[in-house]
Amino acid sequence: MVQIFGEFLHQFPPDHDSLELTFTPTSRPIKQRWKNNLLSAHFVADYFSTFLPLDADHPSREKRIRQGKGAVSYVANELLENAMKFNNEMVKSRIKFGIHFIEESNAITAAIFATNSITIEGMEKFQFFIHELLTEDSNELYIRQVEQSAEDENNNASGLGLLTMINDYQALLGWKFEQISEEPKIIVVTTMAQVTV
Amino acid sequence: MAIQEIKGEDHIVQYDPESVTICFQGELSLGGPVEYEPIKSLLDQVTATKPPLMTLDLRNLSFLNSSGISLLSKFVMSLRKKPQIQLIILGTKEVAWQDKSLQNLKKFLPSLQLNIE
Repeated sequence: MVQIFGEFLHQFPPDHDSLELTFTPTSRPIKQRWKNNLLSAHFVADYFSTFLPLDADHPSREKRIRQGKGAVSYVANELLENAMKFNNEMVKSRIKFGIHFIEESNAITAAIFATNSITIEGMEKFQFFIHELLTEDSNELYIRQVEQSAEDENNNASGLGLLTMINDYQALLGWKFEQISEEPKIIVVTTMAQVTV
Repeated sequence: MAIQEIKGEDHIVQYDPESVTICFQGELSLGGPVEYEPIKSLLDQVTATKPPLMTLDLRNLSFLNSSGISLLSKFVMSLRKKPQIQLIILGTKEVAWQDKSLQNLKKFLPSLQLNIE
């Protein structure tokens, strides 16, 4: 069973570069692991900046590098945070996180992804939210989510990470849900965000 | 005011009562509302003193995750009910998240004075 939503890339140019990191969520408590999220995000963002096709003496070079790094750090960190938060710790499945670099003539796209296992209830809730993301105005949805979470202490405004990626960084988002084992039942979800710099 | 400073491994949030300024420094990527509670409570303590002017200086906050943006958005929104407090936010275009996301705060509080360098 495979379900795809949004803009999900399956195939990459044969000569592209990529990085992938793997985490075993049960190895250390999530709290201790938390700061690795930003560390990993900054690492792939630094790496990404070396791919930017810019001349050393280009006047806007520094600004573009700064913006590119900032965008990749933010998006990568959010994807990793979500993967850590929503991972189904009852099953043995690793969290994967990575980035593909797709070079175009004068721009480069970073396809950043994170894969985690998810419970069936988690999947249903997430797919409902994805449907909202894909059909509604994302700026209005952002305001609504913040307002709802302000009224309800228990609602921690999940989805704001994905919404800010779309609204503020013009990221293209896609998802793949896949059942990788029947017994025990394991479902994994990969969220992919494409950011062009 | 009980707490004047919140220090984490990679961030400091300081309150200066004289200028009613809360200064954020470093990187903030805490896990969620529970982890952000001390900062929220510091902000709420300051608004409880009903200052006519209150400043958040974010210029040296080089990273903020969406949970932190959510905290700021909700805080800014809460000031709709306190029109006697004029909020000023200082930011800079040099920091990517501020360049991308700070403008959104005006949607939650049109009277917000947003000074972006």
